Amino acid sequence: MALLVLAMVVQRNLFAVVVLGGIYSFLMATVLVVLDAVDVAMTEAAVGAGISTVLFLGALHLTRGEEAQPLRRTWSALLMAVGVSGALVYGTLGLPAFSDPAAPIHAHVVPRYINEGPKETGVPNVVTAVLASYRGFDTLGETTVVFTAGIGVIALLRRRRNEKKDR
Amino acid sequence: MTVGSHYSYWVTILLMIAGLYIVVARRNLIKKLIGLAIFQTSVYLLYIAPGKLIGGTAPIIAEGFTVYSNPLPHVLILTAIVVGVATLALGLALVVRIHEEYGSIEEDAILEIAERETTAQEQGGDRA
Repeated sequence: MALLVLAMVVQRNLFAVVVLGGIYSFLMATVLVVLDAVDVAMTEAAVGAGISTVLFLGALHLTRGEEAQPLRRTWSALLMAVGVSGALVYGTLGLPAFSDPAAPIHAHVVPRYINEGPKETGVPNVVTAVLASYRGFDTLGETTVVFTAGIGVIALLRRRRNEKKDR
Repeated sequence: MTVGSHYSYWVTILLMIAGLYIVVARRNLIKKLIGLAIFQTSVYLLYIAPGKLIGGTAPIIAEGFTVYSNPLPHVLILTAIVVGVATLALGLALVVRIHEEYGSIEEDAILEIAERETTAQEQGGDRA
C-alpha cells in the first residue's frame, strides 16, 4: 500500500493516479476488514473506490489529464513533510500499544453499547444500533452536510449552463 | 514498547504525510484533491486501528463470542466517509468551474492569469 501511495505521489498522468487511487481504496477496505470494521470496509469499497473514482474521472473528462512540470523545486515542502512526520512519530510514543484492552478507548461508553445495545434497540449489529439510535443526531448532521454539498454542486454547475445559454 | 505495538500508528503517519505532501507540493488542483483523499483515509486508519482487539470479532452480537472490537470509531468513520465524498464532489465541481473560467487547473497558470487581469483593470482605471 505504501508503494502504491508513493506511485501516486510521483505519477504525473492524472488518469493513472485516479486508477491507482481506486486500487488504494480497495486495499484500504481489505485492511479495514482485518481490523474488524466490516461496515466501514463496505462503505469504503462502495464510496471510496466506486463513487470517488467516478467523480474524479468525470472531472478529468471536463478538464485536462496531464499535470504540468513544477516550475521550481519543492524542497521546502519535503522538509515540512519530514518535520511533521518526525513530530507525529514522537507523539505516538505516548499512545497506548496496538490492541491493548486497557486503553482508554475501550473503557467508557463502549461496554454499555455492547452489553445493553442489543437489548435496548433490538439490533444485533452494534454499529447500526449506535449509528441509527444512540447517535442519530450525528446522522442528521451528516445528511445536512450531504444536502448542502449537493446544493453547492448544483449551483456551481447550473450557473455554467446558464452562461452558455447567454453566449 | 516494541516496534509491533506502534506499527499501526506509523503506517497511518506515512499515509498522512504522503497526502499532506501532495497537497502542499503539487500545483495541480485535481492532484491536490487526490492528496486530500489520501489524507482522509489515513484518518480512517487513525480512528479504526486503536479500536481493534486481537482475538475479537466485528461488533455484531452473536452467541459464542465475548470479545468485540470497539464499535464507536466505526460509527464515526462511516459518517466521515459519506461527508468526505460530499466535500470531494463539491471540490471537483469547483475545479471544473475554475477550468472553464481560466482554461487551466494548474495553480501557477491561474495565479498568473488572475494577476494579469488585476493589472489590466488597474491600468484601465488609470486611463479613466
